[in-house]
Amino acid sequence: MKRTWFRSMTGIRNRGMNPQGFHVSQLKFYLLLVPLSLLMLLPIVFIFANAFKPPDELYAYPPRFWVMRPTLKNFQDLFSSMSTSGVPVSRYLFNSVVVTVVTVAASAVVSSLAAFALSKKRFRLKQALFTINTLALMFVPIAVSIPRFLVIEKLGLLDTFWVHVLPVLAMPVGVFLIKQFIDGVPDEIIEAAYMDGASDVRVYWSIILPMIKPAIATIAILTFQAAWNNAETSTLYINQESLKTFVFYLSTLTSSSSGANTVAGQGIAAASALIMFIPNLLIFVIMQSQVMSTMSRSGLK
Amino acid sequence: MDVKQALRRWATKEGNAYAFLSAYALLFVVFIVVPVLAAFLLSFTFFDTIQLPRWVGLRNYIALLTQDDIFMRYVLPNTIQFAVIVGPGGYALAFFLAWVLAQLPKLPRTIFALILYSPSMTSGVAMAVIWKVLFSGDQTGYLNSLLMQLGLLQEPVQWLQSPQYLMTIMIVVTLWSSMGIGFLAMLAGILEISPELYEAAALDGVNSRWQEIFYITIPSMKPQMLFGAVMAIVGTFQAGAIGVTLSGSNPTPQYAGQLIVNHIEDYGFLRYEMGYAAAVSVVLLLMVLFFTRLSNRLFASE
Repeated sequence: MKRTWFRSMTGIRNRGMNPQGFHVSQLKFYLLLVPLSLLMLLPIVFIFANAFKPPDELYAYPPRFWVMRPTLKNFQDLFSSMSTSGVPVSRYLFNSVVVTVVTVAASAVVSSLAAFALSKKRFRLKQALFTINTLALMFVPIAVSIPRFLVIEKLGLLDTFWVHVLPVLAMPVGVFLIKQFIDGVPDEIIEAAYMDGASDVRVYWSIILPMIKPAIATIAILTFQAAWNNAETSTLYINQESLKTFVFYLSTLTSSSSGANTVAGQGIAAASALIMFIPNLLIFVIMQSQVMSTMSRSGLK
Repeated sequence: MDVKQALRRWATKEGNAYAFLSAYALLFVVFIVVPVLAAFLLSFTFFDTIQLPRWVGLRNYIALLTQDDIFMRYVLPNTIQFAVIVGPGGYALAFFLAWVLAQLPKLPRTIFALILYSPSMTSGVAMAVIWKVLFSGDQTGYLNSLLMQLGLLQEPVQWLQSPQYLMTIMIVVTLWSSMGIGFLAMLAGILEISPELYEAAALDGVNSRWQEIFYITIPSMKPQMLFGAVMAIVGTFQAGAIGVTLSGSNPTPQYAGQLIVNHIEDYGFLRYEMGYAAAVSVVLLLMVLFFTRLSNRLFASE
């Protein structure tokens, strides 16, 4: 409140940071951002256009960016097709949906439980464990894919459903972001609940969780992207075709060894790319304001 | 009796905290700590996955530095070129765009942020479909067709198969998708800075935009700058698979797009020289560590 008052009094409300309305000085930013955004959007618009192109437009010469006679044929082809090993496409999609839903739910629970302890509980190793987690933010999973493979093999997780889920749950950035958010929940509320005899589980469930919905939404998005876009698990840890995911199926369409160059293949690949992208977009659009409020507490000190 | 009592007291006092942590801690140890330690240990062995690992001391590292021609001639220079442009370049771009967006009202800001962020939601695999059509090597490729119509090209170029273009395309594509959560964090960070700070600075004689950025904006949001830097570093090295995805083969044509991550895969999963691949992994982890320490120096609070 104080801030807006101060700014309206000094007459600079529409200039500088976080303006309330339009000002001529913002024009230069629009001049920069509009062309840049259009350029950034091109490939994404292209995903949409290509998915609805009939075969003759996909192979038209000269190629045309926009679709002229949109058709659903690519999607029909996609769902009536099978992989080379005879698994229907709907099976891959089903696997992807189940894996993603389970991973997102499990990640929200696992990360928020840990973050609650790291933020509000008192115990000896608290600071040390949080530092280790912060250090792990710079962990690059792809660097240790080989020892990971050996660990997963030793645990007997190869060719199981859980190998899709469990490695993704170890997400340091998730615990970090939720912990920072819980730090913002006033201690007095929690102390009062303990006074009234509430247990830890009760405090977590009835006080913390309802107050950190934005952080949970952010983790849900990050986990969603990690799980939904994850082709590596299917490539490295799964041999059984019926356990692989949709993004893996798409990767077989684009690798140079298979028939991506056939006429039907291109249309199917375009439709698949759109199916991969749409859920990402929808979820982010729905939850973007929650994400922004989480991000303002993301600082690394 | 005493031990039992002490244990019980500990369990009531701290036990719950560890119980809350347990699930995450277990996964963290199994999928992060153990693999990192295993990579470190394996890097001192010869291991072909059939026989037990055999201790060879520093031989893998020595071979990497002295005998691995491909690593020295292609992989390392490629990785450095890619990392230096995409890392600091993408990071500076993310900060600059966040700074511009922060000076717009809420609605346009949200729309632009969504547009700039959306490429980072796409997966490399799904986008490969698009890039392959846009950069297709024959005359039906969009880039070829466009350049030929403009008269800039006489005949189609095999963009994704040519050693001289692959790296540039990899860099452009990665920069395109690099406005991720680090960018959102920096945007939120800039918006959090109290306007009074800018006004006070103006009274103190800070008058140019550059001075404002370096004396106020960046110092007031160091934590977000550091978070963004770490995300940029991790994202850069994690993006290493892009060359293989685009060209469709590992190794990439004449090793033009070969990055350290592909080298690890090449030795680990194609040649089954796990010990050697682990040594390359350790080098990669050390590189990440080095760059993170560097950004820590730059942006640490106090």
